[in-house]
Amino acid sequence: MYELVVGINIGIFILLALSLNVITGYAGQPSMGHAAFFGIGAYTAAVMTAKLGLSFWLSLPVAGIAAGVVGVLLGLVSLRVRDDFLAVTTIGVNFVAVAIFHYTPYLGSSYGLEVNKPVLFGTELGNPEFFALIVVLIILVCLLCVKIQNSWLGLALSGIRNNEEAAASLGIDVSRFKIIAFTIGTAIAGSTGAVYAHYMGFIYSSDFAFITSISILSMIVIGGMGTIRGAITGAIILGLMPEIFRFISDYRMLLYGGLLVFMMRFQPEGLLGENSFVWRKLSPCLNKAAAMMGLSSQRRISGDGKH
Amino acid sequence: MIMQQVLNGLVIGGVYALTAMGAAMVYGILRILDLASAGAYAIGAYAGLFLYLATDNIVLSFTGAILLTGFFGTAVQKLLYIPMLNRPPIVPLIASIGLFIFIQDLLRLIAGPRIRVFNVQLPFSAWRTENLTVNPTWILIILLAAAFLALLWYILTRTRIGLAWRATAQDLEIAKAMGVNINKVVALNFFLGYSFAAAAGIMVGMLYSSVFPTMGDVPAYKMLALIVLGGLGSPVGTVIAALLIGLIETLVAGYIGFFLPRDAIAFVALIIILLIKPEGLISKKA
Repeated sequence: MYELVVGINIGIFILLALSLNVITGYAGQPSMGHAAFFGIGAYTAAVMTAKLGLSFWLSLPVAGIAAGVVGVLLGLVSLRVRDDFLAVTTIGVNFVAVAIFHYTPYLGSSYGLEVNKPVLFGTELGNPEFFALIVVLIILVCLLCVKIQNSWLGLALSGIRNNEEAAASLGIDVSRFKIIAFTIGTAIAGSTGAVYAHYMGFIYSSDFAFITSISILSMIVIGGMGTIRGAITGAIILGLMPEIFRFISDYRMLLYGGLLVFMMRFQPEGLLGENSFVWRKLSPCLNKAAAMMGLSSQRRISGDGKH
Repeated sequence: MIMQQVLNGLVIGGVYALTAMGAAMVYGILRILDLASAGAYAIGAYAGLFLYLATDNIVLSFTGAILLTGFFGTAVQKLLYIPMLNRPPIVPLIASIGLFIFIQDLLRLIAGPRIRVFNVQLPFSAWRTENLTVNPTWILIILLAAAFLALLWYILTRTRIGLAWRATAQDLEIAKAMGVNINKVVALNFFLGYSFAAAAGIMVGMLYSSVFPTMGDVPAYKMLALIVLGGLGSPVGTVIAALLIGLIETLVAGYIGFFLPRDAIAFVALIIILLIKPEGLISKKA
């Protein structure tokens, strides 16, 4: 049971990391307020089911749409402010969102908002069902990410990430693709928020604070930015850290901060990033294994389809 | 009443200016958004408190804390930021966030999570007129902030090191080729930047007579907002932005009674100003 709870938590982080990876990893837009969209989705879903009495299954896509709509706005902002300016603007967006959650009486203010567990075929969803739901969502999001990577959209985004001016001069509609990336990324985060709200049964404004955004960003950076394997690995590592280091819980944040500094200083490509030490060692092995199993080696090494 | 609010706003703005100045200087030269200088703010406040408890002399503890934090700054740039110069900007940014978390937690472990009282008796008393009260700590803060900013202005515009500084801020590689000792420039830059942040931390500790491990939280984000608003690395722009945000916050919270807290007001103002002027208040290109 305990493993299941940890698994669900990590699953939620994986979804969040994958969604931020679309914005920051693929499109190269530094978003430091991703938790705001997670929160928008969570509060939208919570209001829909707890206040309006609608179904959880309806709230799941609507939460995504709500976060996605705000994401379009942020995408529009990102057309005007770039790089460091965008990073700081998104921090601001996160602060404003949390303040709104915290000071709106309808959203429970500082008391938080209680949410009932969703019902499927007459029975309340328990932890195993939630775990299954999250696994399904992760698979769907991964498929979507692979699709993005192997499509014209993915090419355009990596062009924008590498050099915006050059991409624009090649006829890529930079504005359109940036907004698409923001919309997809924030919509996934919003739906994840709906799952989170209903799994927890209770949401509170500080669940979606800046520090959560930092955790999500750290996951994709530590795992290796711009890759699906990196986002998942990062989410697992940072999601497991509080569990593994429970016995030294007093030093947890100290270790967390230290790990971030250490990784950035010595392995900024992340553990499994394109040029990272581990991946350089690991990918030939995977390649060999794939060749032995008769898979096309080319397909295997470029798992994220960028070559 | 309006005068009182404006004065409140200016005092807050002055503290913001000092806090943000360090980060603005770092950004000006290395193009790194340095959240860790908000850690320096907390380190300064704690060092000031402990030195004051040990020596009972505010001048001594103030100077000691500033120097200590300054040396910490030079160590940080040598060990952490200089090796990261050629990385994408998000790398040092995350490293600085990590360092900030590390510092905060270290302070919590060393000094305990509770709020520590920082009471200093100042040699001058409150200054009152019919509709204006000037608290003694405010006088000190305004004087010190002005002195520090004047010192910075003097160094930047009237000395050789200031010249080297401005050259490095324009183009690090070319300045290096022209024989500017980059290491020295950057080291001094961090020393001053972190000691400014420490000074601001001690002043805020005295202003609210409390020091606590997470006291750097709000200044950290606000500081980022300020240097961005100030046009990234422009010292004049940062001071203007700091005073402006201090005033906007105080006046909006005091008069319009906006339903969001004052820290959120600062960010709403930031987002609006950035949307109108995406390059910050004082643009490099202008």
